[in-house]
Amino acid sequence: MMRWLSFVWIGALRFLGEGRLQTGFIVGGITIGVAVIVFMSAMLAGLEANFIKRVLTSQAQIQLLPPNQIARPLRNGSSEIEDAIVQRPSQRVISIDQWQAIAHRMEALPAVRAVAASMTGSALAIRGDASRSVSVVGIQPESYLKVVRLSDYIVAGQLRLTSDDILIGTDLARDLGASLGDKIIVSSNGGARRTLTVTALFDLGNKGANQRNTYVALRTAQSLLGVLGGVTEIGLTINNIYDAENIAREIESSNAVEADSWIKTNAQFFTAVQAQKYTNTLIRLFVGLSVAFGIAAVLVVSVIQRSKDIGILRAMGATRGQILRLFLLQGGLLGFAGSLGGSVLGAAALVYWHSMARQADGSELFPLIIEPSLFVATALLATLTGVAAAMAPALRASRLDPVEAIRG
Amino acid sequence: MAEPILALKDVRKSYAVGLSTETEVLHGIDLELESGGFVALVGPSGSGKSTLLNIIGLLDRPTSGELAIAGRKTSELDDAQITHLRGHRIGFVFQSHLLISAFTALENVMMPMVVSRGHVTEAIEARGRHLLDRMGIAQFANNGALNMSGGQQQRVAVARALAMQPDLILADEPTGNLDSKSAEVVFTLMREENARSGTSFLIVTHNMDLARRCDRIITVVDGRIGGSPE
Repeated sequence: MMRWLSFVWIGALRFLGEGRLQTGFIVGGITIGVAVIVFMSAMLAGLEANFIKRVLTSQAQIQLLPPNQIARPLRNGSSEIEDAIVQRPSQRVISIDQWQAIAHRMEALPAVRAVAASMTGSALAIRGDASRSVSVVGIQPESYLKVVRLSDYIVAGQLRLTSDDILIGTDLARDLGASLGDKIIVSSNGGARRTLTVTALFDLGNKGANQRNTYVALRTAQSLLGVLGGVTEIGLTINNIYDAENIAREIESSNAVEADSWIKTNAQFFTAVQAQKYTNTLIRLFVGLSVAFGIAAVLVVSVIQRSKDIGILRAMGATRGQILRLFLLQGGLLGFAGSLGGSVLGAAALVYWHSMARQADGSELFPLIIEPSLFVATALLATLTGVAAAMAPALRASRLDPVEAIRG
Repeated sequence: MAEPILALKDVRKSYAVGLSTETEVLHGIDLELESGGFVALVGPSGSGKSTLLNIIGLLDRPTSGELAIAGRKTSELDDAQITHLRGHRIGFVFQSHLLISAFTALENVMMPMVVSRGHVTEAIEARGRHLLDRMGIAQFANNGALNMSGGQQQRVAVARALAMQPDLILADEPTGNLDSKSAEVVFTLMREENARSGTSFLIVTHNMDLARRCDRIITVVDGRIGGSPE
């Protein structure tokens, strides 16, 4: 008998050890339950991370845009018209008014981690006989890369943007027959033209984006689009991405900009992620409940089977508290043992599924995220579930009348 | 005169039968047991012997009357104090030995001490081995409690009852399930322990031959002390 173990530990371990088959079955059940929780949690965390990575590495978490241009009829003027027909105005490329002051205010917000201004407009990319309509995004790489991790998507060349450089997507490069170092002409609707050198190719993981997006230096875009010194967008990176919508609303209420959060611009995807989270929570809850009922059922039977032992221990001077703890500990040990097995099984299933499940392009379906914290949390939760599930049988055991218990 | 180890005064015990009826099974028991005594408690089945033994062993409480163990009035004690008194002053030997099957013979003997101390110590293990040796079953120390003969198991039970060096050992038909040879061994061991350590023994038995070998015979008939043991 191990000397460092207390009576409660000795009793709990021996009781569990003696009912090997019973213990084995319930630990097996808990293992499967915990494995399901570990697998689901890690896989869904991976899928969510993948989705967020795909969405948020190619767009800012919050985009500040110039307010929509609205035509308003004159009222109370000398020539007031009762039934005005207001034509919806076309949205010209205009700069955010006082954008530098707004950018400074954004930098001062505690919830905001990075701020980057950019200029976006449409143009035509031409090379030889080929031409494609593109979106020209003028950026300052040092600040823009803190908001949009464009560097992660560079597949060829270097992310270098002098006033004569351009970054294009792999699909646009194929359409134009361009490769690194080639020159392409970018012509804006206003008639401005620049000949730019392709310094890097990127792959955003989306064919449309790869065909449409091009990146140039901010000054180049301003000159091409005819908005000198202006920007059409201020992108923000915030500390908690799930606060994006609230922060966007706050910014909008105190600045003359339109603030779009990633949650709003990707509403359907966000809803899907949330639905996935709720489903996962429900699955975890129900699996946890089944585990708890399983442990409780086994311990209830154990209390009945061991009523004589409990009576003897009480006759020998064991207190009600010791008997209570002895059974609570059994519940905790069952939960803990199951959580260890479940963590190993869940992780193994995750690694296997990660290696098998692939996207259409052969890339991984989800990143393999095996956080030690998940296992610690699972072990803790399973142990606590075991203790909680053992409460009813443990109370019953502690309240047994020794005379009745010994009589059986 | 030395204080009695056990004193019962007008102890009564009733059980509820149905919703409104009570049946009294012990009718005002007065009894004193001198320290170091080796006493037999006899009586026909259903006479109230086991109920009396449970009350004396602090496993049950009397409906009325006073019970004192080594001078301590038990009616003044709460549940925790009763448990402590039971664990430290009283040892039990049950008819069907009632060892804990999950433990070895040695662990069964050590268990009252472990319960009291909270964990195993070298001294506890040494005492456990010593007691098994005194019972002549040291070689079975690491046997599973149920992997022994009935006589050996009962000797483990006696060793366990002695573990805490109690003032009083209550033995409920300790030889009832044993063959005559094993019964003799167990009885002799108890007698020897009584002589050696001065521990008082109160032995419930139907075996009048064994009862006559005790220092004193107390008879319980219809919930009262007295009457002829025969």
